[in-house]
Amino acid sequence: MKSSSLAKKKRTSVLSHVILLLFSISALAPLSLVLLNSFKNQTEIIRNPLSWPKALNISNYVDAWHAANFSTGFINSILLTGTTIVIVLIASGLAGYVLAGKKIKATQAVTIYFMVAMTIPIQLFLFPLYFVLAKFNLIGNIYAVSFILAAVNMPLATFLMRTFFMNIPTELEESARIDGASTFNLITKIMFPLVRPGLITVSIIVGISVWNEFLITSTFLQGQENFTATLGFLSLNNTYNTNQGLMMAASVLMIAPLIVFFLVVQKYFIEGLVSGSVKG
Amino acid sequence: MRNTVNYFLISPALLISILIVFIPGLLTVIVAFTDWNGVSTTPNFVGIQNFNELFVDGIFWKALLNNAKWTLMFVTVPIVIGLLTAMMLLKRKKSKSAYQLIFLFPYILAPTTNAILWLNIIFNPVSGVIGYLKEIGIPIESPLSSVNTALYAVASVDIWHYWGFLTVIYLAALRQTPAEQIEAAYLEGCNGWQIFRYVYFPSIRPTFNIMFVMIIIFSFLTFDYVYLLTGGGPSHSTEMLSTYAYTFAFSAFQVGKAAAIALFMSFFGLLASCLYIWMSRNDLKN
Repeated sequence: MKSSSLAKKKRTSVLSHVILLLFSISALAPLSLVLLNSFKNQTEIIRNPLSWPKALNISNYVDAWHAANFSTGFINSILLTGTTIVIVLIASGLAGYVLAGKKIKATQAVTIYFMVAMTIPIQLFLFPLYFVLAKFNLIGNIYAVSFILAAVNMPLATFLMRTFFMNIPTELEESARIDGASTFNLITKIMFPLVRPGLITVSIIVGISVWNEFLITSTFLQGQENFTATLGFLSLNNTYNTNQGLMMAASVLMIAPLIVFFLVVQKYFIEGLVSGSVKG
Repeated sequence: MRNTVNYFLISPALLISILIVFIPGLLTVIVAFTDWNGVSTTPNFVGIQNFNELFVDGIFWKALLNNAKWTLMFVTVPIVIGLLTAMMLLKRKKSKSAYQLIFLFPYILAPTTNAILWLNIIFNPVSGVIGYLKEIGIPIESPLSSVNTALYAVASVDIWHYWGFLTVIYLAALRQTPAEQIEAAYLEGCNGWQIFRYVYFPSIRPTFNIMFVMIIIFSFLTFDYVYLLTGGGPSHSTEMLSTYAYTFAFSAFQVGKAAAIALFMSFFGLLASCLYIWMSRNDLKN
């Protein structure tokens, strides 16, 4: 009796391993195909996209880098992402601090406002915003777009920061007050250093979402010289759709830095995802 | 005094949001009742004409239906995969984190990258896997080019990139289940399904509900993968409210109509939010 239930347990365990492996393969297979084909030329790919490359030919990478204008694109992406992160950290950090302590009468109203703002469609404010920015000649302005992306990411960032501030014991703030700390000193010298993990988490969550953003950047960042890496990469698809090796090399250039970054910051990233969604 | 300072501290976040989201959002509500083309400084109020035109527009209904189908697919397939994989990972002490990372790879990549790589290496009828299968004699066409399959093909790519996120969320929630309850259930002789149904699932219910509602809301907003993979085609078979609104605004310059569609999308989001409140009220009663 006991041994049969053990055997059954073992079978379930093997089965679950097989299923987990299958799902891993489904996640990785398309990405592996990209890597394989990035070293091949068009004829090789047409003959068999599943075959191993004959040689590690990196000419596709050189061509892709120039064709997608990645030297400009990556700089723009870094500028856009960096500016947005700075705006979001300052604004959502301060807002999170105020909301966590229920320091204003309007706490509930502001919370509800941000909850609604988090779920409304971008299309609800995109069109008037576009034509207003066009009027002020701000289409293609990376800093203007940073503010838009900051606004889009603000609700989630504020809620995350609020959670991190709520974990700080209130006695700490009270005793600093008694010691005569000004609000400015309290925030910059005591509170912000204490929520550093929160600031890192928010930077990473917002950073990846801005780096990958499509709808807003493609609408507002017109003109090749203003393209982010993502938009430069996208512009290849129209011109080079008969040069798959180049497209795949460009894809690797898009994928690899992100995967490496993700592996480095995984702990913070996963913590950010989870504390934004898991309700206790 | 302290109060003023606190309002000052919250003002950057509020101001940015109000200037960029709230006021343009209000403008959209107004614009929905005009014939604004995006440039004119004197748009005319046309009452509910935009809405009337949408109601007799077959493509609008088609888009709405596609959004509904999309929602149905997303509240089933990724949720089932997410729960299944999360339950399986729960018992993996060593390999859990490695699996989580792999499952998240597609999720952290840009929609543009994911869409382009599927378009090229999988769906391309000449140089993709589809082309290769055709070459070796399997009669197969790119599912993106047929009106019957395009929607499912686009949804598959989006689900492929999304489900790993749910696995991570569900796993984190499952791990908070009190150990005594699980042990007690084992002692009672519950099987795996019963333990899930009566111990784990009630424990993750709040997280499950919030994700469920979020999925519904975002199914009505879905844009990136559809726009990048098919642009709403072939012959509107993958048209969504979001892509249809975008086309009205930036190709036809009928911003009034685009705004009317955007209002519709927001309305469904609002419905889903009410659904969430209704769901949590039932929880509170128990």
